[in-house]
Amino acid sequence: MVESVSKIEIECTVNGEHRRVQAYPMARLLDVLREEMHLTGTKEGCGEGECGACAVLMNGAIVNSCLVPAIEASGAEIRTIEGIASGAQLHEVQEAFLECGGAQCGICTPGMVIGAVALIERHAYPSDAEIREGLAGNLCRCTGYQKIFAAVARAVEAAGKISPEYR
Amino acid sequence: MRAYVPGYDLRVPGSLSEALALLARDPGVWQPFAGGTDLMVLLESGKLSHKRFLSLAKLEDLRGFETTADAITMGALTTYSDILKHPVLQSEFPLLCSAARETGSVATQNRGTLGGNIINASPAADSPPALLVYDAEIELVSARAVRWVPYQGFHTGYKKMQLAPDELLRAIRLPRRAKAWKQYYRKVGTRRAQAISKVCFAGAALTEAGTIRDIRIALGSIAPIVLRAVKTEAVLRNAELTPEIIAAAKETLAREISPIDDIRSTARYRLRVAQNLLEEFLSQLAR
Repeated sequence: MVESVSKIEIECTVNGEHRRVQAYPMARLLDVLREEMHLTGTKEGCGEGECGACAVLMNGAIVNSCLVPAIEASGAEIRTIEGIASGAQLHEVQEAFLECGGAQCGICTPGMVIGAVALIERHAYPSDAEIREGLAGNLCRCTGYQKIFAAVARAVEAAGKISPEYR
Repeated sequence: MRAYVPGYDLRVPGSLSEALALLARDPGVWQPFAGGTDLMVLLESGKLSHKRFLSLAKLEDLRGFETTADAITMGALTTYSDILKHPVLQSEFPLLCSAARETGSVATQNRGTLGGNIINASPAADSPPALLVYDAEIELVSARAVRWVPYQGFHTGYKKMQLAPDELLRAIRLPRRAKAWKQYYRKVGTRRAQAISKVCFAGAALTEAGTIRDIRIALGSIAPIVLRAVKTEAVLRNAELTPEIIAAAKETLAREISPIDDIRSTARYRLRVAQNLLEEFLSQLAR
């Protein structure tokens, strides 16, 4: 058993703001976001990378923040659910979740939104199969997924990312 | 129970030489930490017994691809997402791409690494069967030496491997010989997304007028290590694809693998599925 190690300084950019915090080397990015930066929109579901509730964007790529030691986010650009809207202007994914009733209890919703944003940023024209694949890492215990799928499909449309063959 | 996080150390050396010097100074003290998609799960459940880790995140020498006419070399930190984006892997190494696509979710594929999949040494890992089929070689580096070894034989028993405590896996090399081969990959898990394998099968064969000229078969989750089925291959090499030879190959495979009952499946189910996957692979060769 090693005794306790010291906290170290971690600097990164979160939702466009430069942040500097002290954390233990093996502290999870999830906990640092929630407890040190008070960005509690990111949720913890399973804590083992299965459910996607803690998903954030790290240098543009979706990751489960429960599986990332915060120290490895040093120097990275992090986007959390708090950074998806531009001020009062919701992102088209968020609008679509509201319009389609894509949320019930809300625990999976931040991760679902991040998953959908990552999907739309990754694919020029996501197909239905690609939407399903893009959301396969996000579990929901309430909705049965249909309304979430409909919301993401609508967001894809709103983002002008419908394949020309379907227009 | 969740781990006591202040009890864990995670160092982040800025260069390979710095990392190797640390490993040479305190052999066995530092364990490499790559994508963290396995280790962080153990941390969360309080089952991560080792306490000191060496983050490989800043080691640029462990990243990137190098493609020549004969081989493609991938840094140990190549992620599943990197694999899926690479044109040469897409066109010539579909088994590795299938393994990458079926490992976890996109979030896992963005963090999980090929090197981590090898060194974590799980018999249920999905990329090693593909690596065995492709005759992969791996580069092990230490402050003392650099050595290339065949990946086959690297794992010697459950979670055991031929890796000295001061060595790091730096790269994985695949010879570009697979293009003309017919290739087959299938992972069987509880559900399609995010499952850990009950059985995973990778095969490739060079056929000529209904005869198998050469063949490679490897399976995951059916033995203490990911296994190349060399005895089954021997039955099939230079054989004509008749129902009798397929039956003989299934018989041999049953003797060659040693599946167990565990949380994910049973020995009986795994044996049956492994044989069925072999039959599916061979039937597709006949077409």
